[in-house]
Amino acid sequence: MPEIRNFTLNFGPAHPAAHGVLRLILEMDGEVIQRADPHIGLLHRGTEKLAESKIYSQSIGYMDRLDYVSMMCNEHGYILAIEKMLGIQAPIRAQYIRTMFDEVTRILNHLLWIGAHALDVGAMTMFLYAFREREDLMDVYEAVSGARLHASYYRVGGVYRDLPDEMPKYEQNRWNNAADVKRLNGDREGSLLDFLESFTQRFPNYVDEYETLLTDNRIWKQRLVDIGVVSPERAKQLGFTGAMLRGSGVEWDLRKKQPYAAYDRVKFDIPIGTNGDSYDRYLVRIEEMRQSNQIIKQCIDWLRKNPGDVSLDDHKVTMPKRDSVKGDMESLIHHFKLVTEGFCLPEGEAYAAIEHPKGEFGCYIVSDGANKPFRLKIRAPGFAHVSAMDEMTKGHMLADVVTIIGTQDIVFGEVDR
Amino acid sequence: MISTLKHYVKTFTLFELLQGLSVTGKYFFKKKITIQYPEQKTPMSPRFRGHHALRRYDNGEERCIACKLCEATCPALAIKIESEEREDGTRRTTRYDIDMFKCIYCGFCEEACPVDAIVETRVFEYHFESREGSIITKDELLAFGDKHETQIAKDRAVEAAYR
Repeated sequence: MPEIRNFTLNFGPAHPAAHGVLRLILEMDGEVIQRADPHIGLLHRGTEKLAESKIYSQSIGYMDRLDYVSMMCNEHGYILAIEKMLGIQAPIRAQYIRTMFDEVTRILNHLLWIGAHALDVGAMTMFLYAFREREDLMDVYEAVSGARLHASYYRVGGVYRDLPDEMPKYEQNRWNNAADVKRLNGDREGSLLDFLESFTQRFPNYVDEYETLLTDNRIWKQRLVDIGVVSPERAKQLGFTGAMLRGSGVEWDLRKKQPYAAYDRVKFDIPIGTNGDSYDRYLVRIEEMRQSNQIIKQCIDWLRKNPGDVSLDDHKVTMPKRDSVKGDMESLIHHFKLVTEGFCLPEGEAYAAIEHPKGEFGCYIVSDGANKPFRLKIRAPGFAHVSAMDEMTKGHMLADVVTIIGTQDIVFGEVDR
Repeated sequence: MISTLKHYVKTFTLFELLQGLSVTGKYFFKKKITIQYPEQKTPMSPRFRGHHALRRYDNGEERCIACKLCEATCPALAIKIESEEREDGTRRTTRYDIDMFKCIYCGFCEEACPVDAIVETRVFEYHFESREGSIITKDELLAFGDKHETQIAKDRAVEAAYR
Protein backbone atom coordinates (compact mmCIF):
# COMPACT_ATOMS: atom_id res chain seq x y z
CA MET A 1 0.00 0.00 0.00
CA PRO A 2 1.55 3.31 -1.00
CA GLU A 3 1.98 5.95 1.65
CA ILE A 4 -0.65 8.67 1.46
CA ARG A 5 0.68 12.17 1.83
CA ASN A 6 -1.19 15.35 2.52
CA PHE A 7 -2.02 17.41 -0.50
CA THR A 8 -0.62 20.94 -0.58
CA LEU A 9 -2.85 23.58 -2.07
CA ASN A 10 -1.96 27.12 -3.01
CA PHE A 11 -4.80 29.45 -2.06
CA GLY A 12 -4.15 32.80 -3.63
CA PRO A 13 -2.33 35.23 -3.99
CA ALA A 14 -4.94 36.24 -6.54
CA HIS A 15 -7.81 34.07 -5.36
CA PRO A 16 -11.02 36.10 -5.50
CA ALA A 17 -11.96 35.03 -1.98
CA ALA A 18 -8.52 35.73 -0.54
CA HIS A 19 -9.16 39.46 -0.06
CA GLY A 20 -6.33 40.93 -2.01
CA VAL A 21 -2.93 39.38 -1.96
CA LEU A 22 -3.14 36.72 0.73
CA ARG A 23 -1.25 33.59 -0.21
CA LEU A 24 -2.19 30.58 1.86
CA ILE A 25 -0.34 27.30 1.62
CA LEU A 26 -2.90 24.77 2.74
CA GLU A 27 -1.94 21.24 3.69
CA MET A 28 -5.03 19.19 3.06
CA ASP A 29 -6.10 15.77 4.11
CA GLY A 30 -8.86 15.25 1.61
CA GLU A 31 -10.92 18.37 2.08
CA VAL A 32 -9.88 18.96 5.66
CA ILE A 33 -7.22 21.52 6.48
CA GLN A 34 -4.26 20.11 8.38
CA ARG A 35 -2.14 23.21 8.33
CA ALA A 36 -2.54 26.70 6.94
CA ASP A 37 0.51 28.81 6.30
CA PRO A 38 -0.22 32.41 5.36
CA HIS A 39 2.47 34.03 3.24
CA ILE A 40 2.33 37.78 3.52
CA GLY A 41 4.34 40.66 2.20
CA LEU A 42 3.03 40.91 -1.34
CA LEU A 43 1.66 44.37 -0.66
CA HIS A 44 4.66 45.60 1.32
CA ARG A 45 5.26 49.24 0.51
CA GLY A 46 7.64 50.14 3.28
CA THR A 47 5.41 52.74 4.91
CA GLU A 48 7.39 52.65 8.15
CA LYS A 49 10.69 53.20 6.39
CA LEU A 50 9.23 55.85 4.09
CA ALA A 51 8.04 57.80 7.11
CA GLU A 52 11.62 58.05 8.39
CA SER A 53 12.59 60.23 5.45
CA LYS A 54 9.61 62.57 5.57
CA ILE A 55 8.59 65.32 7.93
CA TYR A 56 5.79 64.26 10.24
CA SER A 57 2.90 65.89 8.40
CA GLN A 58 3.87 64.39 5.05
CA SER A 59 3.19 60.85 6.21
CA ILE A 60 -0.49 61.52 6.93
CA GLY A 61 -1.42 60.65 3.36
CA TYR A 62 0.45 57.37 3.62
CA MET A 63 -1.50 56.37 6.71
CA ASP A 64 -4.70 56.42 4.63
CA ARG A 65 -3.18 53.78 2.44
CA LEU A 66 -2.46 51.32 5.23
CA ASP A 67 -5.90 49.96 5.85
CA TYR A 68 -7.49 51.42 2.76
CA VAL A 69 -11.05 50.77 3.89
CA SER A 70 -10.79 52.69 7.17
CA MET A 71 -8.76 55.68 6.13
CA MET A 72 -9.41 58.35 8.73
CA CYS A 73 -8.96 55.93 11.63
CA ASN A 74 -5.42 55.21 10.49
CA GLU A 75 -4.70 58.91 10.35
CA HIS A 76 -6.12 59.29 13.83
CA GLY A 77 -3.74 56.72 15.29
CA TYR A 78 -0.74 58.45 13.76
CA ILE A 79 -1.84 61.97 14.64
CA LEU A 80 -2.59 60.93 18.20
CA ALA A 81 0.93 59.59 18.72
CA ILE A 82 2.44 62.87 17.48
CA GLU A 83 0.10 64.94 19.62
CA LYS A 84 1.00 62.83 22.62
CA MET A 85 4.68 63.54 22.11
CA LEU A 86 4.11 67.23 21.55
CA GLY A 87 1.86 67.33 24.59
CA ILE A 88 -0.91 69.15 22.76
CA GLN A 89 -4.61 68.50 22.37
CA ALA A 90 -6.78 69.43 19.45
CA PRO A 91 -9.65 71.87 20.10
CA ILE A 92 -12.81 70.21 21.34
CA ARG A 93 -14.66 70.75 18.06
CA ALA A 94 -11.88 68.98 16.20
CA GLN A 95 -12.11 66.15 18.72
CA TYR A 96 -15.79 65.76 17.99
CA ILE A 97 -15.21 65.89 14.24
CA ARG A 98 -12.60 63.18 14.62
CA THR A 99 -14.95 61.07 16.72
CA MET A 100 -17.70 61.48 14.16
CA PHE A 101 -15.47 60.57 11.25
CA ASP A 102 -13.96 57.64 13.09
CA GLU A 103 -17.46 56.27 13.42
CA VAL A 104 -18.33 57.07 9.81
CA THR A 105 -15.19 55.14 8.95
CA ARG A 106 -16.21 52.27 11.18
CA ILE A 107 -19.51 51.99 9.35
CA LEU A 108 -17.70 52.23 6.01
CA ASN A 109 -15.37 49.44 7.04
CA HIS A 110 -18.06 47.18 8.41
CA LEU A 111 -20.22 47.72 5.33
CA LEU A 112 -17.40 46.63 3.09
CA TRP A 113 -16.69 43.75 5.41
CA ILE A 114 -20.27 42.51 5.46
CA GLY A 115 -20.58 42.90 1.70
CA ALA A 116 -17.39 41.04 0.94
CA HIS A 117 -17.93 38.43 3.64
CA ALA A 118 -21.44 37.65 2.44
CA LEU A 119 -20.24 37.56 -1.15
CA ASP A 120 -17.54 35.06 -0.23
CA VAL A 121 -20.03 32.90 1.60
CA GLY A 122 -22.51 33.08 -1.25
CA ALA A 123 -24.88 36.00 -0.77
CA MET A 124 -24.53 38.37 -3.70
CA THR A 125 -27.22 40.88 -2.74
CA MET A 126 -25.54 42.07 0.46
CA PHE A 127 -22.63 43.47 -1.50
CA LEU A 128 -24.93 45.68 -3.57
CA TYR A 129 -26.87 46.93 -0.56
CA ALA A 130 -23.73 47.62 1.45
CA PHE A 131 -22.22 49.64 -1.36
CA ARG A 132 -25.35 51.71 -1.72
CA GLU A 133 -24.88 52.94 1.85
CA ARG A 134 -21.14 53.31 1.40
CA GLU A 135 -21.87 55.70 -1.43
CA ASP A 136 -23.59 58.13 0.94
CA LEU A 137 -20.75 57.98 3.43
CA MET A 138 -18.15 58.43 0.74
CA ASP A 139 -20.01 61.54 -0.33
CA VAL A 140 -19.54 62.75 3.23
CA TYR A 141 -15.85 61.95 2.98
CA GLU A 142 -15.59 63.81 -0.29
CA ALA A 143 -17.52 66.82 0.93
CA VAL A 144 -15.23 67.26 3.91
CA SER A 145 -11.83 66.30 2.55
CA GLY A 146 -12.04 66.31 -1.23
CA ALA A 147 -11.33 62.64 -1.72
CA ARG A 148 -13.64 59.69 -1.50
CA LEU A 149 -11.09 57.33 -0.01
CA HIS A 150 -7.67 58.73 0.79
CA ALA A 151 -8.83 61.70 2.78
CA SER A 152 -5.66 63.06 4.45
CA TYR A 153 -8.02 65.19 6.48
CA TYR A 154 -6.70 64.97 10.04
CA ARG A 155 -3.84 67.25 10.95
CA VAL A 156 -1.64 67.52 14.00
CA GLY A 157 -3.55 69.84 16.30
CA GLY A 158 -6.94 69.48 14.64
CA VAL A 159 -8.40 68.78 11.24
CA TYR A 160 -7.73 70.50 7.92
CA ARG A 161 -10.98 72.35 7.32
CA ASP A 162 -14.30 72.81 9.08
CA LEU A 163 -17.36 70.91 7.91
CA PRO A 164 -18.92 72.47 4.81
CA ASP A 165 -22.24 74.28 5.11
CA GLU A 166 -23.40 73.03 1.78
CA MET A 167 -23.56 69.63 0.15
CA PRO A 168 -22.86 69.25 -3.56
CA LYS A 169 -26.03 68.57 -5.52
CA TYR A 170 -27.19 66.53 -8.48
CA GLU A 171 -27.73 68.38 -11.72
CA GLN A 172 -30.36 67.98 -14.36
CA ASN A 173 -29.50 66.00 -17.48
CA ARG A 174 -31.17 63.88 -20.11
CA TRP A 175 -31.70 61.05 -17.65
CA ASN A 176 -33.11 63.14 -14.84
CA ASN A 177 -35.85 65.72 -15.13
CA ALA A 178 -36.46 68.47 -12.59
CA ALA A 179 -38.63 66.25 -10.40
CA ASP A 180 -35.98 63.52 -10.29
CA VAL A 181 -33.28 66.01 -9.38
CA LYS A 182 -35.46 67.40 -6.61
CA ARG A 183 -35.97 63.91 -5.22
CA LEU A 184 -32.26 63.05 -5.48
CA ASN A 185 -31.28 66.29 -3.78
CA GLY A 186 -33.86 65.79 -1.04
CA ASP A 187 -31.36 65.43 1.81
CA ARG A 188 -28.65 67.51 0.18
CA GLU A 189 -30.41 70.82 0.72
CA GLY A 190 -28.78 71.55 4.06
CA SER A 191 -25.27 71.27 5.41
CA LEU A 192 -23.08 68.21 5.65
CA LEU A 193 -24.41 67.58 9.14
CA ASP A 194 -27.99 67.56 7.82
CA PHE A 195 -27.01 65.10 5.13
CA LEU A 196 -25.30 62.87 7.66
CA GLU A 197 -28.23 63.13 10.03
CA SER A 198 -30.70 61.98 7.40
CA PHE A 199 -28.34 59.08 6.75
CA THR A 200 -28.27 58.13 10.43
CA GLN A 201 -32.06 58.11 10.40
CA ARG A 202 -32.20 55.77 7.42
CA PHE A 203 -29.32 53.57 8.42
CA PRO A 204 -30.87 51.48 11.25
CA ASN A 205 -33.56 50.34 8.80
CA TYR A 206 -30.88 49.27 6.36
CA VAL A 207 -29.15 47.29 9.09
CA ASP A 208 -32.49 45.65 9.83
CA GLU A 209 -32.66 44.63 6.18
CA TYR A 210 -29.19 43.13 6.33
CA GLU A 211 -30.22 41.19 9.39
CA THR A 212 -33.40 39.97 7.71
CA LEU A 213 -31.30 38.73 4.85
CA LEU A 214 -28.57 37.09 6.91
CA THR A 215 -29.08 36.63 10.65
CA ASP A 216 -31.63 33.81 10.54
CA ASN A 217 -30.79 32.59 7.09
CA ARG A 218 -30.07 28.87 7.26
CA ILE A 219 -27.29 28.93 4.67
CA TRP A 220 -25.58 31.84 6.43
CA LYS A 221 -25.82 30.03 9.75
CA GLN A 222 -24.58 26.74 8.32
CA ARG A 223 -21.56 28.52 6.95
CA LEU A 224 -20.77 30.59 10.06
CA VAL A 225 -21.92 28.94 13.26
CA ASP A 226 -19.09 27.04 14.99
CA ILE A 227 -16.56 28.02 12.34
CA GLY A 228 -13.27 29.39 13.61
CA VAL A 229 -14.04 29.19 17.32
CA VAL A 230 -11.55 31.05 19.49
CA SER A 231 -11.76 30.86 23.26
CA PRO A 232 -11.41 34.12 25.22
CA GLU A 233 -8.08 32.97 26.68
CA ARG A 234 -6.67 32.05 23.29
CA ALA A 235 -7.96 35.27 21.76
CA LYS A 236 -5.98 37.25 24.33
CA GLN A 237 -2.89 35.10 23.89
CA LEU A 238 -3.02 35.51 20.12
CA GLY A 239 -3.12 39.28 20.45
CA PHE A 240 -6.60 39.67 19.02
CA THR A 241 -8.25 43.05 19.30
CA GLY A 242 -11.45 44.64 18.13
CA ALA A 243 -14.39 42.58 16.99
CA MET A 244 -12.26 39.42 16.91
CA LEU A 245 -11.65 39.72 20.65
CA ARG A 246 -15.14 40.92 21.53
CA GLY A 247 -16.66 38.09 19.52
CA SER A 248 -14.97 35.71 21.96
CA GLY A 249 -16.64 37.46 24.86
CA VAL A 250 -13.88 39.72 26.14
CA GLU A 251 -15.19 43.17 26.85
CA TRP A 252 -12.31 45.25 25.56
CA ASP A 253 -12.70 48.44 23.62
CA LEU A 254 -10.13 51.24 23.67
CA ARG A 255 -12.91 53.77 23.16
CA LYS A 256 -14.14 52.83 26.65
CA LYS A 257 -10.95 51.66 28.34
CA GLN A 258 -8.63 54.47 27.24
CA PRO A 259 -10.94 57.13 25.86
CA TYR A 260 -9.42 59.40 23.26
CA ALA A 261 -10.94 62.24 21.22
CA ALA A 262 -14.51 62.76 22.47
CA TYR A 263 -15.35 59.15 23.27
CA ASP A 264 -15.66 59.85 26.98
CA ARG A 265 -18.42 62.35 26.19
CA VAL A 266 -20.65 60.12 24.06
CA LYS A 267 -22.85 57.25 25.14
CA PHE A 268 -22.50 53.87 23.52
CA ASP A 269 -22.33 50.19 24.39
CA ILE A 270 -19.79 47.54 23.57
CA PRO A 271 -21.37 44.42 22.07
CA ILE A 272 -19.69 41.13 22.94
CA GLY A 273 -20.22 37.59 21.71
CA THR A 274 -20.53 34.38 23.71
CA ASN A 275 -19.24 31.49 21.60
CA GLY A 276 -16.33 33.11 19.80
CA ASP A 277 -17.33 31.70 16.42
CA SER A 278 -17.72 33.50 13.11
CA TYR A 279 -21.42 33.98 13.64
CA ASP A 280 -20.86 35.82 16.93
CA ARG A 281 -18.30 38.07 15.31
CA TYR A 282 -20.86 38.83 12.62
CA LEU A 283 -23.42 39.77 15.28
CA VAL A 284 -20.87 41.91 17.11
CA ARG A 285 -20.01 43.88 13.98
CA ILE A 286 -23.66 44.37 13.09
CA GLU A 287 -24.30 45.78 16.55
CA GLU A 288 -21.19 47.94 16.29
CA MET A 289 -22.69 49.56 13.20
CA ARG A 290 -25.81 50.43 15.18
CA GLN A 291 -23.72 51.83 18.04
CA SER A 292 -21.59 53.86 15.63
CA ASN A 293 -24.79 55.28 14.24
CA GLN A 294 -25.74 56.41 17.74
CA ILE A 295 -22.34 58.03 18.29
CA ILE A 296 -22.59 59.89 14.99
CA LYS A 297 -26.00 61.22 16.02
CA GLN A 298 -24.64 62.53 19.33
CA CYS A 299 -21.68 64.14 17.57
CA ILE A 300 -23.98 65.82 15.05
CA ASP A 301 -26.05 67.31 17.87
CA TRP A 302 -22.97 68.62 19.63
CA LEU A 303 -21.33 69.98 16.48
CA ARG A 304 -24.49 71.86 15.52
CA LYS A 305 -24.58 73.66 18.86
CA ASN A 306 -20.88 74.38 19.23
CA PRO A 307 -19.16 76.18 16.39
CA GLY A 308 -15.52 77.04 16.89
CA ASP A 309 -11.97 76.39 15.81
CA VAL A 310 -11.06 73.06 14.31
CA SER A 311 -7.34 73.62 14.56
CA LEU A 312 -5.04 74.87 17.29
CA ASP A 313 -3.87 78.46 17.21
CA ASP A 314 -0.29 77.33 17.78
CA HIS A 315 1.36 78.02 14.44
CA LYS A 316 4.54 76.27 15.38
CA VAL A 317 2.49 73.13 14.74
CA THR A 318 -0.63 73.99 12.75
CA MET A 319 -0.89 75.88 9.49
CA PRO A 320 -1.99 79.50 9.84
CA LYS A 321 -5.19 80.62 8.10
CA ARG A 322 -5.01 81.41 4.43
CA ASP A 323 -5.88 85.11 4.60
CA SER A 324 -3.40 85.73 7.41
CA VAL A 325 -0.65 84.09 5.34
CA LYS A 326 -1.37 86.60 2.62
CA GLY A 327 -1.58 89.64 4.89
CA ASP A 328 0.76 88.97 7.76
CA MET A 329 4.52 88.46 7.56
CA GLU A 330 4.77 86.34 10.69
CA SER A 331 2.09 83.94 9.44
CA LEU A 332 3.85 83.70 6.10
CA ILE A 333 7.09 82.77 7.84
CA HIS A 334 5.25 80.15 9.89
CA HIS A 335 3.68 78.84 6.71
CA PHE A 336 7.05 78.52 4.96
CA LYS A 337 8.66 76.95 8.01
CA LEU A 338 5.89 74.41 8.47
CA VAL A 339 5.79 73.39 4.84
CA THR A 340 9.53 73.04 4.39
CA GLU A 341 10.84 72.10 7.80
CA GLY A 342 7.75 71.01 9.68
CA PHE A 343 8.00 70.77 13.43
CA CYS A 344 10.37 68.88 15.68
CA LEU A 345 9.25 66.38 18.26
CA PRO A 346 11.07 66.28 21.59
CA GLU A 347 13.49 63.45 22.01
CA GLY A 348 11.78 60.34 23.31
CA GLU A 349 9.17 57.84 22.34
CA ALA A 350 5.42 57.46 22.49
CA TYR A 351 2.78 54.92 21.65
CA ALA A 352 -0.80 55.92 20.96
CA ALA A 353 -3.53 53.52 19.97
CA ILE A 354 -7.08 53.90 18.81
CA GLU A 355 -9.96 51.51 18.40
CA HIS A 356 -9.77 50.99 14.69
CA PRO A 357 -12.70 49.16 13.03
CA LYS A 358 -10.53 46.05 12.91
CA GLY A 359 -8.97 46.28 16.34
CA GLU A 360 -6.22 48.19 18.05
CA PHE A 361 -4.32 50.36 15.63
CA GLY A 362 -1.34 52.00 17.19
CA CYS A 363 1.65 54.06 16.20
CA TYR A 364 4.89 53.89 18.11
CA ILE A 365 7.14 56.83 17.39
CA VAL A 366 10.75 57.11 18.42
CA SER A 367 12.11 60.59 18.00
CA ASP A 368 15.66 61.81 18.20
CA GLY A 369 14.49 65.38 18.37
CA ALA A 370 14.45 65.94 14.61
CA ASN A 371 11.59 66.88 12.32
CA LYS A 372 11.34 63.30 11.06
CA PRO A 373 10.67 60.16 13.08
CA PHE A 374 13.76 58.17 13.96
CA ARG A 375 11.58 55.11 13.79
CA LEU A 376 7.88 54.63 13.26
CA LYS A 377 6.32 51.31 14.16
CA ILE A 378 2.77 50.66 13.14
CA ARG A 379 0.80 48.14 15.13
CA ALA A 380 -1.80 46.83 12.72
CA PRO A 381 -4.60 44.67 14.09
CA GLY A 382 -4.86 42.55 10.95
CA PHE A 383 -1.36 41.16 11.40
CA ALA A 384 -2.22 39.44 14.68
CA HIS A 385 -5.42 38.11 13.18
CA VAL A 386 -3.84 36.65 10.08
CA SER A 387 -1.19 35.03 12.28
CA ALA A 388 -3.94 33.00 13.88
CA MET A 389 -5.06 31.64 10.52
CA ASP A 390 -3.48 28.25 11.15
CA GLU A 391 -5.09 27.79 14.53
CA MET A 392 -8.50 28.95 13.34
CA THR A 393 -8.68 26.86 10.18
CA LYS A 394 -7.20 23.61 11.49
CA GLY A 395 -9.70 20.80 11.17
CA HIS A 396 -12.14 22.80 9.08
CA MET A 397 -13.06 22.20 5.47
CA LEU A 398 -11.57 24.11 2.56
CA ALA A 399 -14.73 26.18 2.09
CA ASP A 400 -14.51 27.33 5.72
CA VAL A 401 -11.15 28.98 5.04
CA VAL A 402 -13.06 31.52 3.00
CA THR A 403 -15.42 32.16 5.91
CA ILE A 404 -12.51 32.59 8.29
CA ILE A 405 -10.70 35.04 6.01
CA GLY A 406 -13.94 36.96 5.84
CA THR A 407 -14.55 36.94 9.57
CA GLN A 408 -11.02 38.11 10.28
CA ASP A 409 -11.70 41.17 8.12
CA ILE A 410 -8.20 41.22 6.71
CA VAL A 411 -7.00 44.08 4.60
CA PHE A 412 -3.54 43.62 3.23
CA GLY A 413 -2.62 47.25 3.18
CA GLU A 414 -2.18 47.16 6.94
CA VAL A 415 -0.89 43.60 7.31
CA ASP A 416 1.97 44.14 4.89
CA ARG A 417 2.32 47.89 5.46
CA MET B 1 -42.31 22.38 23.53
CA ILE B 2 -43.95 25.33 21.80
CA SER B 3 -40.60 26.79 20.83
CA THR B 4 -39.54 23.46 19.30
CA LEU B 5 -42.77 23.36 17.36
CA LYS B 6 -42.24 26.93 16.24
CA HIS B 7 -38.74 26.04 15.13
CA TYR B 8 -39.97 23.14 13.02
CA VAL B 9 -42.79 25.13 11.46
CA LYS B 10 -40.35 27.90 10.57
CA THR B 11 -37.83 25.46 9.17
CA PHE B 12 -40.26 23.58 6.96
CA THR B 13 -42.06 26.65 5.67
CA LEU B 14 -38.73 28.29 4.71
CA PHE B 15 -39.86 31.24 6.80
CA GLU B 16 -36.57 33.16 7.06
CA LEU B 17 -35.72 32.60 3.41
CA LEU B 18 -39.06 34.04 2.35
CA GLN B 19 -38.50 36.97 4.69
CA GLY B 20 -35.20 37.63 2.98
CA LEU B 21 -36.85 37.32 -0.41
CA SER B 22 -39.42 39.91 0.61
CA VAL B 23 -36.57 42.41 1.16
CA THR B 24 -35.02 41.76 -2.23
CA GLY B 25 -38.49 41.58 -3.81
CA LYS B 26 -39.34 45.00 -2.44
CA TYR B 27 -36.30 46.48 -4.15
CA PHE B 28 -37.33 44.85 -7.42
CA PHE B 29 -40.21 47.30 -7.64
CA LYS B 30 -38.47 50.34 -6.14
CA LYS B 31 -36.90 53.14 -8.13
CA LYS B 32 -33.37 52.21 -9.12
CA ILE B 33 -30.38 54.15 -7.83
CA THR B 34 -28.13 53.29 -10.77
CA ILE B 35 -26.21 56.20 -12.27
CA GLN B 36 -25.86 56.23 -16.07
CA TYR B 37 -22.26 57.28 -15.82
CA PRO B 38 -20.89 59.36 -18.64
CA GLU B 39 -24.16 61.24 -19.15
CA GLN B 40 -25.21 61.30 -15.53
CA LYS B 41 -22.80 62.08 -12.72
CA THR B 42 -22.82 62.04 -8.98
CA PRO B 43 -22.43 65.39 -7.20
CA MET B 44 -18.88 66.55 -6.70
CA SER B 45 -17.54 68.57 -3.81
CA PRO B 46 -15.74 71.87 -4.45
CA ARG B 47 -12.94 70.41 -2.33
CA PHE B 48 -12.37 67.61 -4.82
CA ARG B 49 -8.74 66.80 -5.54
CA GLY B 50 -8.23 65.73 -9.11
CA HIS B 51 -6.00 66.72 -12.03
CA HIS B 52 -3.59 69.56 -11.30
CA ALA B 53 -3.58 72.95 -12.94
CA LEU B 54 -1.46 76.09 -12.80
CA ARG B 55 -3.41 79.33 -12.58
CA ARG B 56 -2.88 82.84 -13.91
CA TYR B 57 -3.83 86.24 -12.59
CA ASP B 58 -6.61 88.15 -14.34
CA ASN B 59 -4.03 90.08 -16.41
CA GLY B 60 -2.70 86.82 -17.85
CA GLU B 61 0.47 86.74 -15.75
CA GLU B 62 1.23 83.30 -14.34
CA ARG B 63 0.87 83.10 -10.58
CA CYS B 64 3.69 80.72 -9.82
CA ILE B 65 6.75 82.46 -8.40
CA ALA B 66 8.91 79.34 -8.13
CA CYS B 67 9.06 79.37 -4.35
CA LYS B 68 9.20 75.57 -4.53
CA LEU B 69 7.04 75.03 -1.47
CA CYS B 70 4.96 72.49 -3.37
CA GLU B 71 8.12 70.66 -4.38
CA ALA B 72 9.23 70.62 -0.75
CA THR B 73 5.93 69.45 0.69
CA CYS B 74 5.10 66.81 -1.91
CA PRO B 75 5.28 63.50 0.00
CA ALA B 76 5.65 61.50 -3.21
CA LEU B 77 8.34 63.76 -4.73
CA ALA B 78 6.18 64.10 -7.81
CA ILE B 79 6.94 67.76 -8.52
CA LYS B 80 10.11 69.00 -10.20
CA ILE B 81 10.80 72.71 -10.51
CA GLU B 82 13.60 74.71 -12.07
CA SER B 83 13.62 78.49 -11.98
CA GLU B 84 15.40 81.46 -13.49
CA GLU B 85 15.16 85.20 -13.46
CA ARG B 86 13.07 86.52 -16.32
CA GLU B 87 14.08 89.57 -18.46
CA ASP B 88 11.81 91.81 -16.38
CA GLY B 89 13.63 90.75 -13.22
CA THR B 90 10.91 88.53 -11.76
CA ARG B 91 11.50 85.00 -10.61
CA ARG B 92 9.61 82.39 -12.63
CA THR B 93 9.77 78.68 -13.27
CA THR B 94 11.46 77.42 -16.38
CA ARG B 95 10.32 73.94 -15.65
CA TYR B 96 7.33 72.67 -13.68
CA ASP B 97 6.77 68.96 -14.08
CA ILE B 98 4.31 66.80 -12.19
CA ASP B 99 4.65 63.07 -12.47
CA MET B 100 1.04 61.97 -12.36
CA PHE B 101 2.05 58.37 -11.64
CA LYS B 102 3.89 59.40 -8.49
CA CYS B 103 1.26 61.87 -7.32
CA ILE B 104 -0.94 60.58 -4.50
CA TYR B 105 -3.47 63.44 -4.78
CA CYS B 106 -3.10 64.46 -1.14
CA GLY B 107 -3.65 68.14 -1.88
CA PHE B 108 -0.59 69.28 0.09
CA CYS B 109 0.79 71.25 -2.88
CA GLU B 110 -2.36 73.33 -3.04
CA GLU B 111 -2.26 73.79 0.72
CA ALA B 112 1.36 74.92 0.55
CA CYS B 113 1.10 77.33 -2.38
CA PRO B 114 1.20 80.91 -1.04
CA VAL B 115 -0.13 82.42 -4.31
CA ASP B 116 -2.83 79.86 -5.19
CA ALA B 117 -0.94 78.92 -8.34
CA ILE B 118 -0.97 75.14 -8.19
CA VAL B 119 -4.45 73.76 -7.62
CA GLU B 120 -6.16 70.40 -7.80
CA THR B 121 -9.23 70.63 -9.97
CA ARG B 122 -12.45 68.67 -10.20
CA VAL B 123 -11.25 66.88 -13.32
CA PHE B 124 -10.76 63.20 -12.64
CA GLU B 125 -11.35 61.79 -16.11
CA TYR B 126 -8.06 61.83 -18.00
CA HIS B 127 -5.66 59.38 -19.50
CA PHE B 128 -2.17 59.15 -20.95
CA GLU B 129 -1.25 57.45 -24.17
CA SER B 130 2.42 56.94 -23.36
CA ARG B 131 4.52 56.58 -20.26
CA GLU B 132 6.17 59.95 -20.86
CA GLY B 133 2.71 61.47 -21.14
CA SER B 134 2.25 60.93 -17.43
CA ILE B 135 4.69 63.75 -16.72
CA ILE B 136 2.69 66.92 -17.11
CA THR B 137 4.79 69.93 -18.11
CA LYS B 138 4.36 73.57 -17.20
CA ASP B 139 2.72 74.48 -20.51
CA GLU B 140 0.20 71.69 -20.20
CA LEU B 141 -0.58 72.67 -16.63
CA LEU B 142 -1.07 76.33 -17.56
CA ALA B 143 -3.24 75.40 -20.54
CA PHE B 144 -5.28 73.12 -18.30
CA GLY B 145 -5.70 75.97 -15.83
CA ASP B 146 -6.85 78.35 -18.56
CA LYS B 147 -9.40 75.83 -19.77
CA HIS B 148 -10.96 75.26 -16.34
CA GLU B 149 -10.38 78.68 -14.75
CA THR B 150 -14.07 79.52 -14.28
CA GLN B 151 -14.73 76.35 -12.31
CA ILE B 152 -11.45 76.61 -10.38
CA ALA B 153 -12.14 80.19 -9.32
CA LYS B 154 -15.69 79.31 -8.31
CA ASP B 155 -14.55 76.40 -6.13
CA ARG B 156 -11.78 78.47 -4.49
CA ALA B 157 -14.29 81.22 -3.71
CA VAL B 158 -16.59 78.73 -1.95
CA GLU B 159 -13.70 77.24 -0.01
CA ALA B 160 -12.04 80.53 0.95
CA ALA B 161 -14.12 80.74 4.14
CA TYR B 162 -12.84 77.40 5.42
CA ARG B 163 -9.15 77.63 4.71
